[in-house]
Amino acid sequence: MSALAAVRARVAAAWASDIAWSFRQSRVTMAAALVTLLLVGGAVLAPWIAPTDPFDPAQVDLMNAEIPPLWSAEGDARFVLGTDVQGRDMLSAILYGGRISIAVGAAAVAFAMLLGVTLGLVSGYLGGRVDAAIMRIADVQLSFPSILVALLVHGILRGLLPASSREALSVYVLIIAIGLADWVQFARTVRSRTLVERDREYVQAARIIGRGPAAIMRAHILPNVMSPVLVIACISLATAILTEASLSFLGVGVPATQPSLGTLIRIGNNYLFSGQWWMTVFPSITLAVLVLAVNILGDWLRDALNPLLR
Amino acid sequence: MAEPARMARAPGPLLRVENLTRYFDVSPPLLNRVFEGKGRLYVRAVDGVSFEIDAGETFSLVGESGCGKSTVARLVVGLYQPTRGTIDFEGVDLGSAKARAANPQMQARMQMIFQDPYASLNPRWRVGDIIAEPIRFRRILSGRAAIAERVGALLRQVGLGANDAERYPHEFSGGQRQRISIARALAGEPEFLVCDEPTSALDVSVQAQILNLMKDLQRRLGLTYLFISHNLAVVYHVSSKVGVMYLGRLVEWSETKTLFARPRHPYTRMLLDAIPDLAMSGRARTPVAGEVPSPLNPPSGCSFHPRCPWANERCKSERPEAQRVPGGGAVACHAVEEGRLPEGPAVAPPAIA
Repeated sequence: MSALAAVRARVAAAWASDIAWSFRQSRVTMAAALVTLLLVGGAVLAPWIAPTDPFDPAQVDLMNAEIPPLWSAEGDARFVLGTDVQGRDMLSAILYGGRISIAVGAAAVAFAMLLGVTLGLVSGYLGGRVDAAIMRIADVQLSFPSILVALLVHGILRGLLPASSREALSVYVLIIAIGLADWVQFARTVRSRTLVERDREYVQAARIIGRGPAAIMRAHILPNVMSPVLVIACISLATAILTEASLSFLGVGVPATQPSLGTLIRIGNNYLFSGQWWMTVFPSITLAVLVLAVNILGDWLRDALNPLLR
Repeated sequence: MAEPARMARAPGPLLRVENLTRYFDVSPPLLNRVFEGKGRLYVRAVDGVSFEIDAGETFSLVGESGCGKSTVARLVVGLYQPTRGTIDFEGVDLGSAKARAANPQMQARMQMIFQDPYASLNPRWRVGDIIAEPIRFRRILSGRAAIAERVGALLRQVGLGANDAERYPHEFSGGQRQRISIARALAGEPEFLVCDEPTSALDVSVQAQILNLMKDLQRRLGLTYLFISHNLAVVYHVSSKVGVMYLGRLVEWSETKTLFARPRHPYTRMLLDAIPDLAMSGRARTPVAGEVPSPLNPPSGCSFHPRCPWANERCKSERPEAQRVPGGGAVACHAVEEGRLPEGPAVAPPAIA
């Protein structure tokens, strides 16, 4: 009973906090949160809520190919958003595709964050040559568009892998490629914050106690540099999903047997001029709305965590 | 909890600093040096400082902002490495990073209390974890309960409550935070505490509380302090010896009573003269005249000569070395050595203000 009351009190306190307040102030943010929740929820729950499994050949019937959406004259009640040329239900394909897009995006951001935060901490705390080396690499990489870096890394990694395991590992290759293309802004932000924290007296106190650089970076500085990292992670998620879609659209992403949103757009694009517009428009709208909503959430988080802007 | 057995102390001072020097390289980048013909540039933050501190006493360093007193504090605890000179802690030289790393048991016996109580505690850590850090890291105690009990005892020792361990630093006032800093310093069971202006960021009423706490702890735990301050009243109340720094050099040091009663160096006289006269004895106050020159390019000879009313040609060309004076202490001044100074002003002991 008291435990329940304690939980209730914590929820009430969280709801009354500044961040929750700024959330409630903005209808756009609440709408974006709702849309994100719906899309991510749909993607996560795809195996349970999708009408069919588009990856299961047994459930796909070529006879159902190229059916337009429900509301047009030849629509079919079984396929709300129509079907593609192989007879796959577009709604199911989008739910499953979003699942892959979001998973790859989130994993890539996590990888970029791990790499960027570590290098940024090391660079800012140790300074000197280590700092110069890491930051010059970052500068050089930043002078290329990240999609080019991702393409390059993707090409190299695929070239290194044996042909037999290329398909199976393609998702992981994609995650590493996008992550390597995206670590720079994490590293830069963390480095600049670390430079400030490094000279503060609590860090000096830890040094006098005798703690080593690794322990000071992890236990003392890291918790104090994390809040901008969360904002960047949120905004990067949108970028990473887009990068994945771009790579898949260019045909170097996930295989067509497991289409992500980008793959769906690419495949559908071939049929756009022959009138089957729904095959590419619906995945495109889903992607655009998802990226927009995540971006709005990221912007809100940035403003909410920055007391100077409030 | 029983105090740990102290090592048998070698005879001689606890800390002996000899010719301590630290330059900071602020040269322009290589390309500017090559193409604009600019030379290397060093800030001579500390330039040949020597002093010693006996166990159980409080040695204070005073001086204006930028005179290098905080740099001396950071050199002693090893946050900076000296450019030259030795730091001899109970016979063990800690004057280089290598020597410090090789003697963790010596490093463990010193701790520091910082000036800014808002920056010296990690805002993301609970007070209990902050205080327990030295205990955990040095494995002084093991086990949650034992550590929590020790943290509670330390908090009570500095005048806070044991249940404050659960709170975060931002929930405390400046004076309370400084108490937490002191508790953290004591957690490592040090013998030697370096206090870098521990009260200058605090309200006057709180300053006295913190100073009394520090004196009380010194008496109970037998601590030795190196106390850095620009506040002469505070220094008078806490120290047994005082050193006066000017532009990276120690110009005079002496027993506190002697220094305040009979200041010898012209700079010391100028500082003491500037103390507000709360007793209203009618003493004429001379404000501190002139500004501290840049440590990038200190004046030749005695660095105080541009501001010194008694400076002569020798002062401008020859750097005075510290000379022992009768009655203990040392002064680095040609005028004192030559006896061409009038007797110093008799100054009443300053009140804490």
